[in-house]
Amino acid sequence: MSGFVAVFKKEIANYFVSPIAYSVIAMFLLISGFFFWANLSVMSLISLQAANDPMISQRINLTDVVIRPLTQNMSIVLLFLTPLLTMRLFSEEKKTGAIELLLTYPISDLSVVMGKYCAAILVLLAMLLGTLSYPIMLWRFGGIDTGVFLTGYLGLIMMGAAFVGLGIFVSLMTENQIIAAALSFGLALMFWIISWTSSFVGQTAGAVLKQLSILERLESFHKGVISLADVSFFILFSAFFIFLSLRSLESLRWRG
Amino acid sequence: MIEVQGLTKYYGRLAAIRDISFTVQTGSVVGFLGPNGAGKTTTMRILTCYSPPTSGTVKILGMDVASQSMSIRRNLGYLPENVPLYDWMRVHSYLQFVCRAKGVPSNRRSDEIARVSNAVGLIDVMGKLVKWLSKGYRQRLGLAQALIGDPPIIILDEPTIGLDPRQIREIRSLIKGLAKDKTVILSTHILPEVSQICDRVIIINKGSLVAEDTPANLLAAKGKSLRCSVTVRVNEKDLKNLVFEIPGVVSANPGVSGIEGVSMLTVESEPGFEVRSRIARAIVEKGWDLLELKSIDFSLEDVFIDLITEETGESVSGENSDQKEVA
Repeated sequence: MSGFVAVFKKEIANYFVSPIAYSVIAMFLLISGFFFWANLSVMSLISLQAANDPMISQRINLTDVVIRPLTQNMSIVLLFLTPLLTMRLFSEEKKTGAIELLLTYPISDLSVVMGKYCAAILVLLAMLLGTLSYPIMLWRFGGIDTGVFLTGYLGLIMMGAAFVGLGIFVSLMTENQIIAAALSFGLALMFWIISWTSSFVGQTAGAVLKQLSILERLESFHKGVISLADVSFFILFSAFFIFLSLRSLESLRWRG
Repeated sequence: MIEVQGLTKYYGRLAAIRDISFTVQTGSVVGFLGPNGAGKTTTMRILTCYSPPTSGTVKILGMDVASQSMSIRRNLGYLPENVPLYDWMRVHSYLQFVCRAKGVPSNRRSDEIARVSNAVGLIDVMGKLVKWLSKGYRQRLGLAQALIGDPPIIILDEPTIGLDPRQIREIRSLIKGLAKDKTVILSTHILPEVSQICDRVIIINKGSLVAEDTPANLLAAKGKSLRCSVTVRVNEKDLKNLVFEIPGVVSANPGVSGIEGVSMLTVESEPGFEVRSRIARAIVEKGWDLLELKSIDFSLEDVFIDLITEETGESVSGENSDQKEVA
C-alpha cells in the first residue's frame, strides 16, 4: 500500500509542479464555460419566444436545453484533453530511465499502474469539480432534473476513467509523449465513432461495433439512466487496459 | 549472500550473458568488471529483480529472484548507470518519495533522510530542484536513494563516474564503510578503484565469466610473467630485433623516449624467464648506450586487458605491439 501511495503522491505532485494540470484544467473550464454560456443564451432566447406561446413554455426546461447538451459537449472536450493527462505517465520515465529504478523498489507492478491511474483520475475529477458551479447555479435559480445532472456527470467520470486506462497503456508503448498523446487520442476517437460504421458492416458486426461504441454507451447516462451494461462496459474497458498495461510492464522487464 | 548459478539471458536470439555462476559473501565489496557490452548491466538488472533471467538461478539472502522478488527488493539498494532521477522534484521530496516507495515507516522517514543525506553529503542541497544539481550531487543523490532503508545488499553501477577527485575519494570511503555489514557489488571502469575498495573481482566478457578472484590473486597470477622498460641510444628497429633474439621475450611495445636517437621499449617475458640481465648484456655487447633498464609492476588494468583479450583472441597490447610469435 505504501508503494501505491508513493507513486500516487509522486504523480499528483508532478501534475501540479509542472503546468500540465493547470493548463489542462484551465482549458477544460474555459471550453466547458463557453458551452454553458452558449447553452444558457439559447435557453434565454427560447424563453423569450416562449413568453408569447404557453405551449412552448410547457415543453422547454433547463435540463434539456442546458444540462444535457453541456455534459455531451464536455464529453467531447474530455476526449481531446484526457490524452494530455496520460501522455507522460510512463513515457517520461521510460525516456529518462527512471522506470528501471522505480521497478526495483518494493512496489508491485499493479501498485505502480494503479498509482498513476488514480492520480490521473484525481486530476480528471478536479476538472469536473470546477464545472459543478454551472449546474449548481441553475439548480439554485432555475431548477434542474438532479437525476439527469448526476448521471451525466457519472457518465463523464466513467468515460474519462476509461480514457485514462487507455492512455496509460499507450504511454507504456512509447518514450515519446507526443506520440503517446496522438495514439491515445486516435484510439479513443476510434472507440467513440466506431458505431458509425455499424449500418453497413452487416448485422452481427454492426451489433458488436455498437456495443463497443463509447458514444452509444454514454447516451443512456445523458438521458438520466444508469444502465448496468453501460457501467460494466466502462469498468471493463478500464480494467482491460490496466491489464494490458501490466502485461506491457512485464514485457518491458523481459526486454530489460 | 548472493549465489548466482548458470545465469543466462537472451534478448531475442542474442545472448547477453551465458551460464554465469559466482558467489558473493556477506560483508564483501565485489567489483564487477568488463568492457562495454560485456553483460554487466544485464547481470545487475537481474540481480536487482528488474529483469528476469532466461535460465539459471539467483539467490539473494537465500531468496530466489524469480519467486521472491518483492522480498529481495525490500533488502536491496540500486544505483543504475545514468542515475535516473526525477528532475522536477526537490532533493528532500525525492528522498521522501523513495522512503515511501521502500516502505520506511512515516515516523522514521525524517531520521532516515537525515542519515543518508549526511552520509553522502547532500545536506547543502536538500531544498534544491534535482534538475539544478551538479553531476556530482546527482550521483550522491542516486547513492542516497540506494542507501535509504539501510538495505543489506547494495548494487552500484558506475558509482563514481563524473565525480571530482575529492568526491571520488569520499564516495570510495563511504562504500568501503558500507562493507562492514553489507554486501556491495559495484561495476566500474576505473580499475584502480577496484584495487582500492574491492575484496573480490568478477570479470565478464562477451556475456561469459572470465575470472573471479581477489585483486591480489589476479595480480599474482599475472605477476608470474615479467615486464621491464629499456631505454637505449639506438634506433627502434635494431633494438626490437635484438630484444626478440633473447629467449622468453613475449612482446616489445615501443614507448616515447622524448630524445632523438633514443628508443624505449616495454618488454614482457614469459613466466620464469628473467630477461633483464640478458637484455643488459646483449646491449652492452653491441656497444650501445644503455640509458635505463627498470622492471614495471603489473596493474589490475593489465590483468583485465589480458583476460578480455585472451577471450577474444585479440592482440594483447593493441596495434602498436609486436609479439614474438608474429614478429
